[in-house]
Amino acid sequence: MTPVATPFFFYLLSSLALLGGILVITRKNAVHSALALILTLLALAGLYLMLYAPFVAGVQIILYAGGIMVLFLFVIMLVSIEKSQREEQFNKQWIAGLVAAVALGALFVRVFVKSKALHDLAGMHPAQLPEQSNTQEIAVYLYGNYMLAFEIASLLLLVAIIGAVVMAKKRI
Amino acid sequence: MVPITILHYLIVAAGLFVLGVVGVLTRRNVVIILMSIELILNAVNLNLVAFSRLWGLHGQVFAIFVITDAAAEAAVGLGILIAFFRNKETVNVDEVDLLKW
Repeated sequence: MTPVATPFFFYLLSSLALLGGILVITRKNAVHSALALILTLLALAGLYLMLYAPFVAGVQIILYAGGIMVLFLFVIMLVSIEKSQREEQFNKQWIAGLVAAVALGALFVRVFVKSKALHDLAGMHPAQLPEQSNTQEIAVYLYGNYMLAFEIASLLLLVAIIGAVVMAKKRI
Repeated sequence: MVPITILHYLIVAAGLFVLGVVGVLTRRNVVIILMSIELILNAVNLNLVAFSRLWGLHGQVFAIFVITDAAAEAAVGLGILIAFFRNKETVNVDEVDLLKW
């Protein structure tokens, strides 16, 4: 089964993602930045669907757009945004930062243009991923190959919960 | 129209990564810097999922671990931000200079 209008959706979703990214780093109001970041995350979830990764796309929407971004919005409302909006938005060394980032971008462009390995990748035939049983396959990997990493991730989340409570509480 | 290959996804991910780096290096607001870090992590995730299209599901599993890390990082980072805001009444990174000699 061939998907319909794949190039069109790819360009639409990736331009939405990049537009959201640009809005995140240019908006004065942090709430607007957060909303633009949600746009980027949803567009990326669409791209994951196009790459036959429905489970990662679902996790992206539920956990990122639904969980982490709500946390961000709560914290933005807790700290006062009116005061920081009237202040200077970019730091003193923003020119140096921009130059460094542009240098990084130029490095990426050079790698993408010159690298033979990447152009071989473009010609490679995609693997036959199971479309119907993606979630089951990921579960088999998570509880098989990556069991130890899975347990360590749960430990990391426990530490993060305790750390966040300790940091945010006034007096323990 | 040119068919969409893995290379296209990698270019989009590189663009998002550079945008995130610009945000981290130039903004003053801590919340927006944390959001730029999320942008960087998402660019990495897009790379991982794009490569999993070629070499099987390991990339997708790793993307899930990266999302877990992003959640933990956001929780701890925002907790630090709240503690900092309570002490200094500001969210600007260049006013975080307690440890500066």
